[in-house]
Amino acid sequence: MARAVTTQRKIVFTALAWGIGLMIFFPILWTILTSFKTEATAIADPPVFFNFDWTLENYQVVQERSDYMRYLWNSVALALGSTFLGILIAVPAAWSMAFVPTRRTKNVLLWMLSTKMLPAVGVLYPIRLILIQLGLLDSKIALIFILMLINLPIIIWMLYTYFREIPGEILEAARMDGATLKDEILYVLTPMAIPGIASTVLLNIILAWNEAFWTLTLTTVNAAPLTAFIASYSSPEGLFYAKLSAASTMAIAPILIMGWFSQKQLVRGLTFGAVK
Amino acid sequence: MTDTLRALMGATALTAVALAAQAETITIATVNNGDMIRMQGLTSHFTDMHPDITVEWVTLEENVLRQNVTTDIATGGGQYDVITIGTYEVPIWGANGWLVPLDDLGADYNIDDLLPAVRGGLTVDGHLYASPFYGESSMVMYRTDLMEAAGLEMPEAPTWEFIREAAAAMTDRDNEVYGICLRGKAGWGENMAFLSAMANSFGARWFDMDWRPQFDTEAWSNTLTFYLDLMTNYGPPGASNNGFNENLALFQTGKCGMWIDATVAASFVTNPTDSQVAENVGFALAPDNGLGRRGNWLWAWSLGIPASSDAQEAAKTFIAWATSSAYTELVAAEEGWANVPPGTRTSLYQNEEYLAAAPFAEMTLRSMESADPTSPSVDPVPYTGVQFVAIPEFAGLATEVGQLFSAALAGQMSAEDALSQAQELATEEMEAAGY
Repeated sequence: MARAVTTQRKIVFTALAWGIGLMIFFPILWTILTSFKTEATAIADPPVFFNFDWTLENYQVVQERSDYMRYLWNSVALALGSTFLGILIAVPAAWSMAFVPTRRTKNVLLWMLSTKMLPAVGVLYPIRLILIQLGLLDSKIALIFILMLINLPIIIWMLYTYFREIPGEILEAARMDGATLKDEILYVLTPMAIPGIASTVLLNIILAWNEAFWTLTLTTVNAAPLTAFIASYSSPEGLFYAKLSAASTMAIAPILIMGWFSQKQLVRGLTFGAVK
Repeated sequence: MTDTLRALMGATALTAVALAAQAETITIATVNNGDMIRMQGLTSHFTDMHPDITVEWVTLEENVLRQNVTTDIATGGGQYDVITIGTYEVPIWGANGWLVPLDDLGADYNIDDLLPAVRGGLTVDGHLYASPFYGESSMVMYRTDLMEAAGLEMPEAPTWEFIREAAAAMTDRDNEVYGICLRGKAGWGENMAFLSAMANSFGARWFDMDWRPQFDTEAWSNTLTFYLDLMTNYGPPGASNNGFNENLALFQTGKCGMWIDATVAASFVTNPTDSQVAENVGFALAPDNGLGRRGNWLWAWSLGIPASSDAQEAAKTFIAWATSSAYTELVAAEEGWANVPPGTRTSLYQNEEYLAAAPFAEMTLRSMESADPTSPSVDPVPYTGVQFVAIPEFAGLATEVGQLFSAALAGQMSAEDALSQAQELATEEMEAAGY
C-alpha cells in the first residue's frame, strides 16, 4: 500500500526541492545575468539583479576577439569523438564483466577505478613527451584518445551496473532461441539497456566537454576547445567579469541546452535500472 | 592534357609550395591584461609590415600560462614562439638556457632607452633575455575627498604610521568605507608580493647572506603585526580573499580610503567609465619606516623567446615591434596616450603628451626608480628581486608562506604562529634544496 503523503508535507518538500535546485543553479544564472551588464555594473555593490541597462556589448567584444566557432567545433569533436570511442570499447567490456565474470573481474573493475585516483598532473610529462614524439601535440586526435581513456573507467562502471540488472535468463533464452553473440548484444541487450547507455553517453559528453586539465595543457591553437576559450578571459590585472561571464555563457550554452532537452533520459538512466 | 596546361599546373604548385615555405607562423602565449589585449587588436599593423609572418595568439590564465610554458620548455615541445613572462622567471629561465638572448633587436629598438631597473631585472650575465612590454611598481592610491574630510593631507612620501593614522580617520564601517585595502589572498604573486615589499621597508628580508630564512627576526614580526593590525581594524571584511581584482572592485565602488597596489591600477581607478571615484583619486609613493627602503615592488610583463621555438627570427621581429617606441606611438595614435603600455622606457616619461594624459605618470616613474631589485632591503641579501626571490624554489615556498599569513589575517592563527611555521617551512625547504 502506498504511503499517504499529506499536502503540507508535499508543499514543504516541493519548496525544499525548488530551493535547493535554485541554489545549485544560481551561479549559472548569475553568470548569465552578469554577461548582460557593463563592467561597472558587474561589480556594483549592492549587486544588481534585473534592474540594469541590459547590453550585448560583452558578447560583441568576445565575438570580435575570439574565433568562437573554432573553439565550439573543437569541443564538439572532442566530446563526441571520445564518447563514441569509449562506448565502442566499454559495451563489450561491460558485457563480459557483467555476464561472463571471472574470479578476477572485481579486481579488474577496482583497478580501473583506481586509475581515476592518480592526479592527472602525475602523467603530464610522459604524455607530453609521447605526443611530441608522435607529432600529435595540439591535435584533436590525441585529445580524443586521452579524454576517452580518462572517462573509460566511468563508462565501463556505469554500463556494468546497468547490465548487471538485466537478468541473465533473458539472454539465455535468446541463446536458446539460436541468437548469436552479436544478435544477443545488438537485439536483446542493447534495447533493454538503452536508457543506461543513453545516460552514460550524455554524462560522458558532459565530462569531456568540461574537462579542463588536459584540454588546457595539451593545446595551443588547433585543438583548443571552449575551456581554453573561457580561460583566455580570466585576467590577473583588470576587471573583465562581464566579458568573462559572456564567454562562460557562450561556452556552457550548448551543453546546457543539450542537458535541458535530455534531462528525462539522464534522470531515468541515473535513477532506474534496466528492468525496474 | 596539353604540355602547356601541365607546365602551368606545375608552376602553380611550385608557387604555392614556395609561398607556404615563406610564410612563417609565430604562436604568442599571453595573459588577458588590458595592454596585451590591445596589442592583440593591433596585430594587423605588424602583419601588414611583415606579410611573411602570421601571428597566432594563445591567451591563458596567468598560472596556466606559467605551467604550460614551463612544461613546453622542459619537454622541448616548441608550442610557443613568444611568451609573456615576468621579472621572476626571466633571471631563472635565462640562466637555465631556456630563453633566447635578445641582444640583436635592431638599431631602432634603442635598448638604452629602457628604464635601468627594468632592464637590470631582465638581464643575466650581460644578456637581455626578455624585452619589457609594460612595467609596474606599487604605490598608494587614495581618495582625496575622504582624506580632506578626515582633515589630513597625504604627503608625497608617507610613512607607515601616517597610513595607519589616515586609515583610522577614514574608516566608516557603518557606511562600508574601509580606511585601507591590501592584498590578503594567498599566493606568491598575491599577498606575498605585497608583504615581501612591505617587509623590505621594515628592514626584514627573506634570507640572510647564508640563505638562512629570516622569519624569526623582529623585523618580520613587526611587519606582520603591523599589517594584521591595520587590516583587522581598518580593512574590509573577508580581506583574506582579496587580491588585485577584488581590491580594484572595492576601490572603484568607493569602499576603500587607500589602496596600496600595482601602479598599473592608476589608469583603471581614474577611468570614469568603470570607476565611481575617478574624480577623487590621488597618488603617493609606497610608505616607508625611515629605514631607507619603501614598500614598493618592481615588475615587468615581458616578451621572451623559448629556446625550443623554431621561428626565433620571426619571433624577434615581433618582439622588436611590440616593445618599441614606435609601438607606443601607434597605441597613442589609435587609442590615446593614456592607454600606452607604461613603465618600460625613459622616453615615455619625457613625453609631454603622455604626462598630460596620465596624471599618475610621474608617481609611477618615481616608484619604479626607487625600487632596487639587487638591493631590495636594508641589509644585504644574496638574491635579486624586490617582492620575490629569483630562485626556482620561491614560487612554491612563498605560496605556502602566503597561506599561513592569509590564515593569520582570517584570524585562524596568531602572527607568532604564522611566522614560526613559516620559518620552519622555509628552513626545511631550503635545506632540501641544498642551500
